[in-house]
Amino acid sequence: MDINAANQEALGRILAAQPVLVGVGRALDLIPGMAPDLILHAGPPIAWERMSGPLRGAIIGGLIIEGRAETEAEAVALVEQGAVRFEPCHHHAAVGPMAGVTTASMPVYIIENRAAGNRAYSNFNEGYGKVLRYGAYSEEVLARLRWINGTLAPAVGEALRRAGGLDMKALIAQQLTMGDEGHNRNRAGSAIFGRLLAPHLARVGLSPETLEQVLRYFADNDLAVLNPVMAACKATMDAAQGIAGSTVVTCMARNGTDFGVRVSGLGDRWFTAPATVPVGLYFPGFSSADANPDIGDSTITETAGIGAFAMAAAPAIVKFVGGTPAEAAAATLEMYEITVGENPAFGLPPLDFRGTPTGIDIRKVVRTGITPRINTGIAHRMPGVGQVGAGLVRPPMACFEQALEAMAELAT
Amino acid sequence: MPIYGEVRRSTYYDSVALMLAQREARDLPGVEDVGVVMATDANKEILRAGGLEFPGLAGARADDLAIVARAASEAEAQAAASFAVEVLTRRRVSTAGDTYRPKTVASAARALPEATIALISVPGRFAYSVAREALDAGLHVLLFSDNVPIEHEIALKARSREQGLLMMGPDCGTAIIGGAALGFANRIRAGRIGLVGAAGTGLQEVTSLIHRLGGGITHAIGTGGRDLSSAVGGATMLAGLRALELDPGTDVIVLVSKPPAPEVAGKILAAAAACSKPVVAAFVGATVEPTGRVQGAATLEEAACRAVQLACGTEAALPPMRSLPEQESGRLSGGQRYLRGLYSGGTLCYEALVLLRPYLGAIYSNSPADPKEALEPVTRSREHTVIDMGGDEFTQGRLHPMLDPTLRLARLRQEAADPETAIVLLDVVLGYGAHPDPAGALAPVVREVRELAFREGRHLAVVGSVCGTDDDPQGAGAQRAALVEAGVLVGESNAQAVHLARLIVETRGAREARHTQKVIAASAAAPAWPDVGPVSALLGTRPAVINVGLELFAESLQAQGVPVVSVDWQPPAGGKQHLLDLLDKLEA
Repeated sequence: MDINAANQEALGRILAAQPVLVGVGRALDLIPGMAPDLILHAGPPIAWERMSGPLRGAIIGGLIIEGRAETEAEAVALVEQGAVRFEPCHHHAAVGPMAGVTTASMPVYIIENRAAGNRAYSNFNEGYGKVLRYGAYSEEVLARLRWINGTLAPAVGEALRRAGGLDMKALIAQQLTMGDEGHNRNRAGSAIFGRLLAPHLARVGLSPETLEQVLRYFADNDLAVLNPVMAACKATMDAAQGIAGSTVVTCMARNGTDFGVRVSGLGDRWFTAPATVPVGLYFPGFSSADANPDIGDSTITETAGIGAFAMAAAPAIVKFVGGTPAEAAAATLEMYEITVGENPAFGLPPLDFRGTPTGIDIRKVVRTGITPRINTGIAHRMPGVGQVGAGLVRPPMACFEQALEAMAELAT
Repeated sequence: MPIYGEVRRSTYYDSVALMLAQREARDLPGVEDVGVVMATDANKEILRAGGLEFPGLAGARADDLAIVARAASEAEAQAAASFAVEVLTRRRVSTAGDTYRPKTVASAARALPEATIALISVPGRFAYSVAREALDAGLHVLLFSDNVPIEHEIALKARSREQGLLMMGPDCGTAIIGGAALGFANRIRAGRIGLVGAAGTGLQEVTSLIHRLGGGITHAIGTGGRDLSSAVGGATMLAGLRALELDPGTDVIVLVSKPPAPEVAGKILAAAAACSKPVVAAFVGATVEPTGRVQGAATLEEAACRAVQLACGTEAALPPMRSLPEQESGRLSGGQRYLRGLYSGGTLCYEALVLLRPYLGAIYSNSPADPKEALEPVTRSREHTVIDMGGDEFTQGRLHPMLDPTLRLARLRQEAADPETAIVLLDVVLGYGAHPDPAGALAPVVREVRELAFREGRHLAVVGSVCGTDDDPQGAGAQRAALVEAGVLVGESNAQAVHLARLIVETRGAREARHTQKVIAASAAAPAWPDVGPVSALLGTRPAVINVGLELFAESLQAQGVPVVSVDWQPPAGGKQHLLDLLDKLEA
């Protein structure tokens, strides 16, 4: 088994990826294996009994949105009767930030990797405050989701059709030169996203009032582009999955209870360990005592070599890593120690346009003791409260050690 | 609880800056909660929900800054708010000096592209993979680490030979390449003598004496203590010899070693005889049969004298000993019969052993010249004993005695308290990497133990020598003076100190036991020269170094003005052996 050759193959496929945002559709119609009784969630597989507050809250909200329950009690009863199935987004070519809850009727972005021909999907970003992805399901949360389903998504879908798709690789490359790292900060990327869509949105037949609402969504929501960026990363990493002998990580994800890792040469297996609470900065009135353990599929950005791996590009949020641009650069430099190569498409201006560190090698992680860096939002541990802060987290080393052991077993 | 709040119109700060200010202000005494936010509707709602509503908040707009604190007193709340503003507005000191510390040799090589040498001093069990990584990166290696398995040494030297790279070590304590002192090394005048040594302090003693005799060196290449064993076959000494032969700056070559495996020594001497330059071979404890332009030297001092004579064409000798052995011995009391050597330098210790045995008979040691004279246990001296305090028995989990004098000082007290001890024999090794003031550490204890012996009616003779030069950071002259001041009889070289100690102790009735030294002759055929193109390139340029392990080596290189980048090295896989085994398997 030539691991280095297998890893070069994996890296080659990551670098060659051409993720394009081609449209919008309904999860049930598009996501492979999606079903009316199925709810997709972030992270590795988990049963209801072990789910954290925000994930449970999002599932309750999802069941209400689907019309299968009207109250929290009804939703919980439905789950406890076994009338609801749960599976990870990652098992269905999909990703979702934080709780990642995706239900059958929800609209999803469609990303097509034109190099490998595979597709990936993600739900729509709801913006800030009380939102389903942080486990909130109050009436205002549900109203917002209904507006996204009924108004925003069809308009964006039509605009994308008129635009002939949107090159996500170019968008990510641009946002990295504009102060974003593509995970915690997406202000520039969302501005580009809105700018590219705006002329087409103007022509999709919306009333001025509705058009204003839609444009305001892009004006107000710095995270608007996060979900398509995540799906672009998912489409990229799925293309590198399943290469015999490769020790490249193709997925890192958290469900709020466990952190899970998948590796190209180790098939569909998850290597999991308890998720930890991020170290971060908190909104007024909150502290780490309120924080839920790490949650969300958004770590697909780091897996694909952006997010915390591109920290050097994002001086505006360097305070998360200690406060100076030099420390932000050091954060990225550290990630080169554990990656197979660099992505020349994503040049980092502060590092003289050196490509982002790409393709986490479990061998390098275990040898150096350096776990991947992750930028993340922090959810309240109780359902329905929402985001309480943002910060940094690293996956448990045990995930990588287990994967290494599995790889060594395969090698014998 | 009192709440103080204010709104600053049209004042924007990034949310991270705001959260930081809020966190710092919340840590003030008496403060219960603080809000520092842009006054968006969502944030205003959060403040209200958190009980931080204040007059004026309702009227604030999204681009206004809201600052509010709840504290035990109105004054404390107000102080917290103004502190938050101070945090937001204070100017951060530029930290342009902050640089990333690479974690692996590969990323260090990227940070210092002109690097030519990796200086590696990680624990022995981890040394192979680090050295291998350095060779793979095209770097010459000085592997300081000891306790490296011999099969690793063989593999590393085979690999370096394929690449034409110089693999110094494992267990290589010293080298001077292009004027850069690596590991433990002295500051030696530049000149025309090149050296290759399999004996660390042997190389230090010869180079220091060359300097004292007015000569100078081109390069001093270390090979590691096992290079001339049968298993390793002298790979590095052969490459070093060849590189010095081709080096236009070198006129005279000196080889230094403890007694090598005879067939390896024969091979090396045959290669030396094939050299176009004169070679002095000092194989401490063995006699070298002169062949062609190769001549032997019985002591390290003699090797230095011969080399300087060859290079400068003038007679070279150290000043004669000025002490009086009879006087010293006359002051010893009846029971004082034995010599106790406490060495920090391994080769100096070995030289003492081979110089003393012909006259004093058995000398017990942790590195004995004859296995029958092994000291067991090493913690208790027996009759004549000479100990290498740098031996593995004394350095497991602690610093080398050249760096940390603690253990040797304790042993000095122990030997001095023994009524059978007549003489304590010491070395002091100077140079880069060594203790900043070794004589200063020894002197008070020497004084103390001599006074103690005096009160008990004994006279304790302490004899020593200083290996180093006046140009070393510690200054050989000052170090000698400090020893003399404490009552140490200081020889001009280790050989002279040993000679003096021997003369004193012989008067105590030591039995003469003449040993004949092994005679080593060149083998009939010289071995084929290795390709040393990259080594010649190394010797022709000012080195730049990647340091992995002991930080003090990087500091001493910095002090010498040598470009150096340090790897922030951690034991691989957190030192977990089963994971290391798996990694080795997957990376084989």
